[in-house]
Amino acid sequence: MSFISYLIKGISLGSVYAIIALGYTMVYGIAKMLNFAHGDVIMVGGYILFTVMTSLGQSPILAVLASIVFCTLLGITIERIAYKPLRKASSLAVLITAIGVSYLLQNLALIIYGTETKFVTSVIPIPTIKLAGGNLAIPGQTLVTIPVCIVIMVSLTVFIRKSKTGRGMIAVSEDKGAAVLMGVNINKTIAITFAIGSALAAVASVLMFSSYPSLTPTSGAMPGIKAFVAAVFGGIGSIPGAMIGGILLGIIEILGRAYISSQLADAIVFLILILVLLIKPAGILGRKMNEKV
Amino acid sequence: MAKYLSKLSKSTRSNLYTVTAILAAYIIFTVLIATGNMSNLLQGLLIQIFYYAILAISLNLTVGILGELSLGHAGFMCIGAFTSAFFSKCTVDIITITWIRFTIALIIGAISAAIFGAFIGFVVLRLRGDYLAIVTLAFGEIIKNVINVLYIGIDQSGFKFSVKDSVSLNLGEGGQAIMNGPQGIFGTPNDTNLTICVFLLILFYIIISNLVNSRSGRAIMAIRDNRIAAESIGINITKFKLLAFTISAAMAGVAGTLFSHNITILDSKKFGYNQSIMILVFVVLGGIGNIRGSIIAAAILTLLPEYLRFLENYRMLIYAVVLIIIMIINWNPTCIAWRKKYSIRNLLSAINKKKEA
Repeated sequence: MSFISYLIKGISLGSVYAIIALGYTMVYGIAKMLNFAHGDVIMVGGYILFTVMTSLGQSPILAVLASIVFCTLLGITIERIAYKPLRKASSLAVLITAIGVSYLLQNLALIIYGTETKFVTSVIPIPTIKLAGGNLAIPGQTLVTIPVCIVIMVSLTVFIRKSKTGRGMIAVSEDKGAAVLMGVNINKTIAITFAIGSALAAVASVLMFSSYPSLTPTSGAMPGIKAFVAAVFGGIGSIPGAMIGGILLGIIEILGRAYISSQLADAIVFLILILVLLIKPAGILGRKMNEKV
Repeated sequence: MAKYLSKLSKSTRSNLYTVTAILAAYIIFTVLIATGNMSNLLQGLLIQIFYYAILAISLNLTVGILGELSLGHAGFMCIGAFTSAFFSKCTVDIITITWIRFTIALIIGAISAAIFGAFIGFVVLRLRGDYLAIVTLAFGEIIKNVINVLYIGIDQSGFKFSVKDSVSLNLGEGGQAIMNGPQGIFGTPNDTNLTICVFLLILFYIIISNLVNSRSGRAIMAIRDNRIAAESIGINITKFKLLAFTISAAMAGVAGTLFSHNITILDSKKFGYNQSIMILVFVVLGGIGNIRGSIIAAAILTLLPEYLRFLENYRMLIYAVVLIIIMIINWNPTCIAWRKKYSIRNLLSAINKKKEA
């Protein structure tokens, strides 16, 4: 029974990774940049939750809404100020700028909230459900996390396949030049991508801090890296890939922590990533690009 | 003298200038320290600047010359730091002559990091671009995590290993736990000094700049610029990629050795992803592929946070803002055009033209 409860815990954690990875993978697919500040948007989302609920004493729903709105605006602002001027620069330059933004967000949080750990009140007021005579415990957060993840995945896929903006995104990701000729507004498309990615990061922060409430200025860094790994795992640029990658990663991490070693769980995650990439160099669902001379 | 200089090739001359500059800096620092004109803080920073400069030029070999993004450079540094510190800790009573012990430690650090570099290179070099970046990141984290749970002790019957805790080493009488998992290695002899750092930086600078201008270096750069074209003219891709990757790792191992013999407590937390990123920042700010730039960037960016200390909490905030602004000024097309228009050379030539007219 404990195996099944670990599995459920893993899927729940994996769903959070998957939502973060969706943001990573969309930004990568469309802007062709690794947004290392993505993880820190999660941390910002956590602090907004904390401020609205604990400091201002408002309702959880308001806190969630405030967090999503703030993160979305933050994503658009970051893109406008830091990344847009570098659209034609080398990808390494953009990467370093993203790292700069990441430091900036972490240190802003440090100045405003200090170094001590804050605890976010859980937004999801569902008690733990016990099945099979109390042997199988399913935390209430899990019951919310997994459906939210599925809803996001489906609606995002529909949005990208069916809506005009979504198709514009596909066009920009395949060929920027051709997309411009077809009348797609690249700047607007990229801004929308960042907005969606950051909103997803806010949703992920709500889910993550409901299960793991401790919050420090660096608590977004590791989930950010894990989500990046998840995105690569599933094939970066692919939406179902990010989903599969995230969930697999969550399961591996929780099972590794439970059965092998809690200190080596991260090492196991990374080891499996390496093995997967050696067998499938473009990730699980990634498309292999043929190079032409 | 000027006549002799002009006879040299352009690259030799440029190398000579850099080496002279490093030596001049070294002499100035030594004089300042000897006359007591340098604060203790700055003295401590000097050694840091030099091993960060070594790290930066070694990563530049991978990122700039080979053209592959590596996010796990701190991992190689970690290997070098721990193997050499382990060696020094074991032999501190056996080999009493410091310079012999430290030389062996440096060689051990370099070789062990090179072995890991060759192994990782062999595994990852079939991947490309961002996939290679994430796998190097993964290797860096694995190295850090494994060292974090490793316990090694020594007693009469030899070395004993454990991945649980120091008690399960079962050390006999007079035994000593050398590596203590998360606590790492304590009390490595303080063998690193400024002279050896300067010597190694100059040595590595010469090695890398000679490599770049050698046949192998040209092959490596050909791979960077166009892999398929390079392959079609008979360049052995795997061999040269592995060569560059291994040399880079070995140098990082040496820097790790300098690092571990400069601090009292060596634990694996110091070699995380943030450390790798910091070295990458040096490389990118100094100019990708520009060895001299890496040294300058490493020096400025090591000093900057210290000199911003009076800003207290705002220190790293300013650092982040400066980083973003420098990147935008450096790479934004409008900024580049503006810089060209108002560059000193252009202004001077405009003045000259006016005079002629």
